[in-house]
Amino acid sequence: MEILRAPLRFVFDRAERLLGLVFPPHWNPMLNLGALGFFFYWIITVSGIYIYIFFDTGVTRAYESVAYMTHDQWYAAGIMRSLHRYASDGLIVVMLLHIAREFALDRYRGVRWFSWITGVPVLVMVYVAGITGYWLVWDRLAQYVAIVTTEWLDRLPIFGEPIARNFLSPANLESRFFTLMVFMHIAIPLIALILLWIHLQRVSKPRINPPRGLAIGTLASLLALSLVHPALSQGPADLAKVVGPVGLDWFYLPLYPLLENWPGPVTWGGAGALLLMFCAIPWLPPLRKPPVASVDLPNCNGCMRCFNDCPYNAISMRVRSDGLPFEREAVVEPSLCVSCGICAGACPTATPFRRASELVSGIDLPDMRVAELREEIETRCAFRKGEPRILIFGCDHGVSLRGVDGASVKSISLRCAGQLPPSFIDYVLSKRLADGVVLTGCAENSCHARYGIQWTDARLARERDPMLRARVPRDRIRVLWAGRAGRRGLDALLRQFAHDLSELSSDASPVHTPDTRERPKELVNG
Amino acid sequence: MVRMLQYAGQAIVYAAVAAFIGYFASRPLYQQFPDGQAQIKLSFAHGAARTRECRRLTPQEIAKLPPNQRRPNTCDRARVDMHVQLDLDGEVIYDARLPPTGLAGDGPARVYKKFVVPAGPHTLIARLRDTREATGFNYETRRDVELAPGQNLAVDFKADAGGFIFQ
Repeated sequence: MEILRAPLRFVFDRAERLLGLVFPPHWNPMLNLGALGFFFYWIITVSGIYIYIFFDTGVTRAYESVAYMTHDQWYAAGIMRSLHRYASDGLIVVMLLHIAREFALDRYRGVRWFSWITGVPVLVMVYVAGITGYWLVWDRLAQYVAIVTTEWLDRLPIFGEPIARNFLSPANLESRFFTLMVFMHIAIPLIALILLWIHLQRVSKPRINPPRGLAIGTLASLLALSLVHPALSQGPADLAKVVGPVGLDWFYLPLYPLLENWPGPVTWGGAGALLLMFCAIPWLPPLRKPPVASVDLPNCNGCMRCFNDCPYNAISMRVRSDGLPFEREAVVEPSLCVSCGICAGACPTATPFRRASELVSGIDLPDMRVAELREEIETRCAFRKGEPRILIFGCDHGVSLRGVDGASVKSISLRCAGQLPPSFIDYVLSKRLADGVVLTGCAENSCHARYGIQWTDARLARERDPMLRARVPRDRIRVLWAGRAGRRGLDALLRQFAHDLSELSSDASPVHTPDTRERPKELVNG
Repeated sequence: MVRMLQYAGQAIVYAAVAAFIGYFASRPLYQQFPDGQAQIKLSFAHGAARTRECRRLTPQEIAKLPPNQRRPNTCDRARVDMHVQLDLDGEVIYDARLPPTGLAGDGPARVYKKFVVPAGPHTLIARLRDTREATGFNYETRRDVELAPGQNLAVDFKADAGGFIFQ
């Protein structure tokens, strides 16, 4: 699968960077695909409710009612119809991109199988809803869609009488079938919404609304498209005639020419195999899951920071069970934990300054403990004297650190930038283990563990616990959220940072006057 | 200045996406049916005769049945195959023995076939046998038609209406 993921990842990285040239990071459409999908869904819902007021479900009146909306009331219902159509197409575009991106970034295996699997029926439902929508207009495209769909369904030997016979000739056509289609066109999106709710159940703080600026831009562009190029019907359906050239919606109907021309066993077999493959992808191959986070109760004071920071709802707070004088204790649900280490980075007991007692934090990764991290820092920071010494903390999913180490630059790999407790930066600089610290990770708004970047930024900015102490000189810290394609940017940053550090007074202590007010208060054994 | 350039860049991205969606929402056109041709669609569902005639049950057979299932006659559920033929201008373009549907072979046989033919005058003969006879047809209808380009001629069958219906 990596053979498929790598080129896709490259494409998405490039696209993100290109869009990043003109969009602020939080507006980047590529980083808001899921939220844009929801936004399109709401546009479809509102416009759908409006045009339903004017829609006649009778087979003989359906086309006329749509024509009335399009031409007589073009300024309201006509625009709404176009918005309904184009937002539906936009939904398909962002859904497909969302799927491809999650696949490219390997965010579908392990505990994330749930979101992937529950997304598959949503995709099917959106397609079915779109196809039934085209049916309702009862123009030549609807005739084509109705005939090809029913003929395809008839290839399954489950109907006593071919349902395509409903469209054999004008005499066979009944409004009853249309009533069923209207029902399906309303019911299926509602079912899809319930499935979307399930889809997000294992995601904490899901972003289901795009940033306001992106939402306004998207809506404005759809409105402009609706005015410049309104959605039109393609002439009334006539079952006494074969449908000639037809303008297919290639977002919803790209497979219709194949359904029409390929044998039933091939199309049904192919559809079944495709669906099966989609469902099986999270286990092709299964993710080798590292050990999940574990709680060390004697060091846990139930402060809830890990609970608040976990991006996957894998931590719950329960009533204290060990008799220590705290109300709660953290409990990890192994089936939900992705072992990102963000909880360890949030734990106030994970401070490397602890020497009086063994460095054991309240919550930690068993195979990558904070004590081992401190040890690694001390081992790695054996620099040659003379040049500014830089220590890089790099997330495994961000900028590649291969070959970056040199005489004056050392790097340490983390599961996620959020795994690093801010006190470690303080430790490196105050102990003069390095002259500067660089943090790198995934592209902004594109954190592999969802919130690693956001929480790290907030901790450094002293907006979220555990905060980086005020005494730590910010001019000795650099942050680069650039994703895998950001190596060139990292090299440039290192050159500039080395230059900046050399300009700082060599006599000046990297650490300002200690501010006792900033000492962590929540240490259990500190 | 940089911000203005960024806004301009965003406008270009929005316009490009809108153009992409607007175009592929209905273009390029797809032509699935050749010019100058017409279509004949033969489709119906019809239950052929039972494989055997119904017969009266003997008093002994009736007595063996549970009281709520006693009836004077018994009929086989299974139906015979239906034989359908369609001639176009003297040439047989469709000839099939269609089995009954259903697990017990007691449902109607069904057919749904499409034939693309040149537009113009044609002579169609539709034949059907739904009896236990081994040969011949008990329904036959001949129709001379003038098919316009792009016309869809449906050939249906309703025994109640006397046989084949061309519409």
